[in-house]
Amino acid sequence: MPALKPGARLRSVTCTTEVVVVRVGGEDLRCGGQPMAEAGSPGSPGADPAAGFDSGTELGKRYTDEESGLEVLCTKAGAGSLSLGDTLLVIKGAKPLPSSD
Amino acid sequence: MHVGMVFEMAADGLADRVGLGPADGGVTFGELGHRARRAATFLTERSGEHVVLVDENSPAVSLAFFGAAAAGKPFVPLNYRLADDRLRAIVTQVAPAVVIVGRGVGARLAGVKGLDLVERGEFLAATEDESVEERDGWGCDPEDVAVLLFTSGTTGDPKAAVLRHRNLASYLVSSLEFGGAGEDEAAIVSVPPYHIAAIASVLSTTYTGRRVVLLESFDPERWVRTVQEQAVTHAMVVPTMLGRILDVVEADGRGLGSLRAVSYGGGPMPQPTVERALRVLPGIDLVNAYGLTETSSTISLLGPEDHRGAFASDDPAVRARLGSVGRPLPGIELTIRDPEGRPLGAGQRGEIWVRGEQVSGEYSGRSMLDAEGWFATRDAGHLDAEGYLFVHGRLDDVIVRGGENLSPGEIESVLVEHPAVEVAAVVGIPDEAWGERVVASVVLSPGARVEEDELRAHVRDRLRSARTPERIKFADELPFNEAGKLLRRVLRDELAAEFATEGSTRG
Repeated sequence: MPALKPGARLRSVTCTTEVVVVRVGGEDLRCGGQPMAEAGSPGSPGADPAAGFDSGTELGKRYTDEESGLEVLCTKAGAGSLSLGDTLLVIKGAKPLPSSD
Repeated sequence: MHVGMVFEMAADGLADRVGLGPADGGVTFGELGHRARRAATFLTERSGEHVVLVDENSPAVSLAFFGAAAAGKPFVPLNYRLADDRLRAIVTQVAPAVVIVGRGVGARLAGVKGLDLVERGEFLAATEDESVEERDGWGCDPEDVAVLLFTSGTTGDPKAAVLRHRNLASYLVSSLEFGGAGEDEAAIVSVPPYHIAAIASVLSTTYTGRRVVLLESFDPERWVRTVQEQAVTHAMVVPTMLGRILDVVEADGRGLGSLRAVSYGGGPMPQPTVERALRVLPGIDLVNAYGLTETSSTISLLGPEDHRGAFASDDPAVRARLGSVGRPLPGIELTIRDPEGRPLGAGQRGEIWVRGEQVSGEYSGRSMLDAEGWFATRDAGHLDAEGYLFVHGRLDDVIVRGGENLSPGEIESVLVEHPAVEVAAVVGIPDEAWGERVVASVVLSPGARVEEDELRAHVRDRLRSARTPERIKFADELPFNEAGKLLRRVLRDELAAEFATEGSTRG
């Protein structure tokens, strides 16, 4: 499991999901129930996402664990769900700001 | 997070949306992704450690920016209107470099060592050439330098603000929604490419998926015609642009039916111009954005609801918010401090300090952040009781008269409230008795007439007499640069010469 520093890129080993770390928090980031691997590392998705961790990720959404403060941005969508240990991450629902540029 | 990520995400998730040009027949984000990846290969293979662009707006700007990001080379857009010697001095600083040049620029750079000159057309052709390999946009490190922007100061050695990939990317991610723009939205971009607003615009339109319509450079008639013909919904303007746009809209009489939102920033906007915009463009969403180059653009904004609320309010404190820059963005901490760095309370004036991931506060390898990561903006300001930020201009522009600090911005906003005044600028010029004295230069509205004494009385009635300009010059125009920034130093020299023989008489 690679270090979760800001800007770190990770890929799922159960689906096509990729994320980048926006804010650090907990360490045990998983997708589809399995620990994530460093993006670009060799290997393709193996086992399917585990039951309960298979509702999918959406491109461009921010996922967060409120307790630890961990926040990741989904940069590639996939079939697995993101979790910190067994706790599912939730989509961060910030009210978008009006465009200033 | 870095800039390469932004175009890769748009190319992946918004592939079929038109990103540039007319809604029918423009270039999609998918195709822009291919072109940016080819630009990356092209720029990797050319010699030089920086990617410089000396040109007006064109599709080459965003492709060079994204291509440079994926190539791992800093992007350095420069002002093509700079005098030859200044342009050559800056280019020498960033050599060896590949330089994308517009018409006629190459000859002006002849003889500078270490430059690999490429005409805009040649660069664009390479990005459309399907035989050019596509380089992945995810190439570089978040700590790498994304952009160098040379400041517009008029004296001294040119100084570059350094923006890293993580600064720019965190601005986007913390304040905007990926793909959040409606499919029918289009932004007109007319700010010059070397301005932070242009960089922010490339990033935010790509990240939110908003179509861009480019103007090579700003011209009010073409701007209005383009908005009408291209069904433009969003625009960003600097203060000098808005008044000229409203003039054309009023004369034209056809309105700007498609336009939903106008954001303005880059300098103080006269409040009467804001009120006029709300009248001439009824129902328009106005957004006032405040930010600096060193903060990756916007750090505080006044949104449409705040504008309408203030415009409709009889409460002077609420009404005054039309002249504020709203509240800080979610990713930004902001405080007002005194000259010793101690925090000040609501209503107290001091220096604006900010902290956040998007704040670079860095110049050519030298960080100006303090040990806790705070950046002193050198802008004067205060927060009101509800946390609305008011900016009073650069601290360096503050006039010190007889030991008292006077804000030029405050006097200017009172001057432009007079119906005869179109634009006003206030500066301090040397004075033997008082250290500095207050003088002004104003441009009158077309056809308007007013006496100097009447304007002075207008200011004196609203502010104290110390803040009343001793002399007011009536000018045809003020020295603004093309990004809408008032060149105060130029004006100060001009007025110092004009009023040099007069001593201060009024107390």
